[in-house]
Formats: sequence, structure tokens, C-alpha cells
Amino acid sequence: MSTPASPSKSAPQRPLSPFMIGPYYKPQMTSMLSITHRLTGLGLSLGAVLLVVWLSCLASGPECYALIAPHLAAWYGKLVIFAFTWSLLYHFCNGIRHLMWDLGKGLDLPTAEKTGFAVIFASLGLTAGVFVLSLM
Amino acid sequence: MSYRSPLGRARGLGSAKEGTHHFWVQRVTAVALIPLVLWFVYSVAQLPSGNYEVVRWWVHAPSVAVALVLFIACALYHSLLGVQVVIEDYIAADGTKIVALLASKFVHAIAAVTGIFAVLKIALA
Repeated sequence: MSTPASPSKSAPQRPLSPFMIGPYYKPQMTSMLSITHRLTGLGLSLGAVLLVVWLSCLASGPECYALIAPHLAAWYGKLVIFAFTWSLLYHFCNGIRHLMWDLGKGLDLPTAEKTGFAVIFASLGLTAGVFVLSLM
Repeated sequence: MSYRSPLGRARGLGSAKEGTHHFWVQRVTAVALIPLVLWFVYSVAQLPSGNYEVVRWWVHAPSVAVALVLFIACALYHSLLGVQVVIEDYIAADGTKIVALLASKFVHAIAAVTGIFAVLKIALA
């Protein structure tokens, strides 16, 4: 992984976050969950734009909605909705983990690793639950 | 001249003169989003998304419209604050950073207003 260029030529080429993981830091479960929180957050920002497009088409009328409905039902549309659902539930679970840290709870490494695994399994379980709910 | 000590002036504000406002609003919107996300995911999962009439009827219900407006407002405010931090962390060049921050603010404002307008248009129709 390459490091971004230093602002000044005289300054030493120091490695910068987030390009530290890999060549400088061993990837750890906690750091992977942290970067996933950011990535899902960015993904959800795009998802929010798609939500607004969906609602705008719904408000616009049946002709506009008929344009997007086939995409929602297509395999790639379902894949996007599935990814959006898991991202939302992951960010939701890990967000609660962050709020607990803000209260000063669970900051020690063994607990952070336990809650990390809990977040992984809870987000997958909830996503499966939503999938089942959508079939009923 | 001011008789306040440098510590007294700085306390609670910091060098940016905003103190912990950004951090705090990120948490306030996060807490607000806990029930809103649960409601949104649970409700939308059960919607027949291909059926225009049913989806419109769902948004038209006053309680749903109010919850959707709250969800859109909180989610986009939370997103605005999060994207701002990501831009500030990873874009070092001042010009690019300012343009990216402005673009993010405008896109978030447009998305929030458009989304809320769409919900109100359906709810008040």
C-alpha cells in the first residue's frame, strides 16, 4: 500500500493514517471493525441519497415509480438493498458499542474484542432476520 | 483588557472556538437514530416495494410521515458530520478540502430538503 506524498519536500516521508494498516500495523480485529464502521458510514451516506431518490419517485407519481420498480426487483437492486441493510445494521450495532465507550464502559482490550465479535454476529443475525421478515 | 486567564478563555472551547459541539451533536443524532433505524428497517422490510399504491399509502399515514421526516433529518445530519470528519482526516490539501466540505454540505442539504419535501407531498396530498 502506498503512502500519500508529504506536504513539503524537506519533511521526512512519514506514514499517515489510514495507510498505516498493512505495512506498519498488523491488521487486528478491532482495527478492521473500526475501518468497517467508517466504510459502512460512507456507504450509508450514498444509501441515504438512494432513499431520497426512491421517495422522490414515489411522490412524483406512478410513471416515475414504474421506472425504478424493476431495478428494485432485479438481482443487482436486491444486492444493493442487501448491502445497504447489512451496512445499516453493522453501523447501528457498532455505533451502540461506540456510545458505550463514550460512557467509559468496555474500553479494555478483552472486552473490546468480545463486543467486537458480538457486533459481527449481531449485525449478521439481524440482517438474516430482516431478510426473513421481507419474505413473509 | 480582559482579566480572564488563558485557561478560562480556552476551557470548553478549544482552538477552533467550537468546543465539543460537533462531537456532541454526532452523539445526539446517534442516540435519536437508535429507535428510528429499528423502526425504519422493520417497516420497510415488510413493504412490497414493487407496489406503488401500497408504498404510497404507507408514507401517507401521519405517524409514518412524521417518523420518516425525523429519520431523514437525523440520518442526514449524522451523515454530514461523519463525512466531514472523513474529509478532514484524509484530505490534506486546503483547497481540495474546502471544496469537498462545501460539496458535502450542499449535497446533504439538497438530499434532506428533497427527501422531506417528498414525504410531505405524499402525506399532505
